[in-house]
Amino acid sequence: MVRILVCVKQAIDVSQLKVDSATRRLIIADAPKKISDFDKNALEEAIRIKEKLGGEVLTVTTGPEDAKTTLREALAMGADKAYLINDSIFENSDTLATSYVLAEAIKKIGAFDIILCGEASIDSFSAQIGPRLAERLGIPLITYARKLSLEGDTVTAERGLEDCSETVRAKMPVLVTVTKEINEPRTPSYMAIMKAFKKEIVIWKAADLNIPSEKVGEAGSAVQVLDVLAPKVERKKIVIKGETAMEIAEKLAKTLIQEGIIVR
Amino acid sequence: MSEHRGVWAYSENKDLMLELLGKGSRLAGKLQTQLTAVMLGHDIKKQVKELIGYGAHKVIVVDNPQLKVFHVEPYLSALTQLTKQHKPELFLMGSTKRGKELAARLAARLNAGCVSDCLELKVDEQGRLLAERIVYGGNAIVTQVFRTKPQIVTIPRRRFEKLKYTEESKGEVVDISDVQLEVAKTEIVKVKPIEIAETRIEEAEVVIGGGRGLEKKEDFKILDELAQILGGQVGYTRPLVEDRKWFTEWVGLSGHTIKPKLYIACGISGVIQHVAGIRDSKIIAAINRDPEAPIMEMADYIVIGDLYEIVPALSEALRKLLASS
Ligand SMILES: Cc1cc2nc3c(=O)[nH]c(=O)nc-3n(C[C@H](O)[C@H](O)[C@H](O)COP(=O)(O)OP(=O)(O)OC[C@H]3O[C@@H](n4cnc5c(N)ncnc54)[C@H](O)[C@@H]3O)c2cc1C
Repeated sequence: MVRILVCVKQAIDVSQLKVDSATRRLIIADAPKKISDFDKNALEEAIRIKEKLGGEVLTVTTGPEDAKTTLREALAMGADKAYLINDSIFENSDTLATSYVLAEAIKKIGAFDIILCGEASIDSFSAQIGPRLAERLGIPLITYARKLSLEGDTVTAERGLEDCSETVRAKMPVLVTVTKEINEPRTPSYMAIMKAFKKEIVIWKAADLNIPSEKVGEAGSAVQVLDVLAPKVERKKIVIKGETAMEIAEKLAKTLIQEGIIVR
Repeated sequence: MSEHRGVWAYSENKDLMLELLGKGSRLAGKLQTQLTAVMLGHDIKKQVKELIGYGAHKVIVVDNPQLKVFHVEPYLSALTQLTKQHKPELFLMGSTKRGKELAARLAARLNAGCVSDCLELKVDEQGRLLAERIVYGGNAIVTQVFRTKPQIVTIPRRRFEKLKYTEESKGEVVDISDVQLEVAKTEIVKVKPIEIAETRIEEAEVVIGGGRGLEKKEDFKILDELAQILGGQVGYTRPLVEDRKWFTEWVGLSGHTIKPKLYIACGISGVIQHVAGIRDSKIIAAINRDPEAPIMEMADYIVIGDLYEIVPALSEALRKLLASS
């Protein structure tokens, strides 16, 4: 019986994000939201462990009211119960403040054998929440796991680093962040989606966790956003045409040589 | 006034460390403060001189057998003690996977802010540090400021240039090797080195990118031939690694960020996460069958056509032109 908690984030679906090309501002309000991709891998992994060894999978998020939709999706995939930590004072929290909120929630939810997170979120991609949580909870951490197995009280994971792949072991309780390679997340069946509506979503406010306002939101954050702008794209966009592949290739080759970027 | 002073640099990756010193010395100049290099490891004292030659005013050395192999907790505990004691205002750390974990956990222990994967760091008129990074999958650049110190940032490979080595540089060396270090909470049971290309992809001046337009793994040879002619390397999109399992590394937001002089995208659609990794290439050429592919918006030179025809022809044309010049 393994008790697993999966931290999920309701992220902006970056593939559907639109930019106002005149101002280079993002039109965020219109962008659809979804569970951050790697968090789905974390959920899938948790559910597979539960299917194999028995136990319980809980999931938690901190975010706006509508993050409930994300939690429903997690419940439909197979999580047993979900927690939404939501309060208007959490808005504009950085990773320092967000990890504080999550850590307080986790302490209240109870003890776990494994806590799973995605390696990073698809919208902000800072890869800090998992490591910060492990520190706040004082438990071992394995990042970038692309394979995971359990035996007794030990977790073994394979992680891909820049120069090697490493197999590491840690005693539970442990926090593991997973990559996309670890599994292929399931698509919930219609039945599973219907069943998810019967599962419980617990909602906690700051007061339920005794979180003081100075530790969250802008006041509790160490980093503040000044500006968000779409990058400038200044490319020549010259189409090279010709009758034959060879003709095109010659034109392109000459152009590249003229650019002075080819040295040999 | 805050009591935090000084710019620090640390990465377990040696090349990246020198780049951090390059950027660090410019920032230290602007902030009118000193640049300190932190060195962790075992039997490392002979490397001190090099760090000074590459710009460090001061080197803090923790030379300890417990640091022989990289394990997060002993390294982290060394860094935590050093930063608590010496209070730098800015700490530049390397954005390797190990480095990012280290930086985030150090920030957690110090109750500090951390900005991951900085593309640019500037000091504004008010003396504030502005940190820029990519967000929303490559759709935007966010500029962030810190409200507290130390300010911890991580910086990827090849973002900034190292300084020219100066043999005569003098610097102060502080040896703090007798610190109490935590023991590792995880145990490394196996390490399998990855075969990395002789020069890393970040190093290559020319990169030929291959995407799902490649039909078979062996077809990378036509890209490789072009790369050979140009003295470059081949890089791939994530699906060739993750879905098809043909290769081990990819270029993009979640992979390598490159800024070669020339990037030729072959059979790559140019989805935002891939583009995030090639955005700073000097010249981008795209070869794609689909005139509507998003890569067209990102390219200087566009060929609408079949990569199986164009790429070999381009190799041939270049070979001829380069031989005759
Ligand atoms: C969180 C997240 C992170 C990601 N990170 C990365 C990343 O770091 N790097 C990355 O690359 N991807 C990343 N991806 C995946 C990314 O979204 C795209 O799926 C991927 O980049 C597409 O790869 P592609 O261009 O090779 O394939 P496709 O999008 O399928 O494009 C193939 C292109 O080849 C063209 N083509 C086909 N045959 C030929 C031919 N014979 N001649 C010429 N053209 C041809 C087609 O017209 C098409 O445009 C990430 C995704 C997510 C969700």
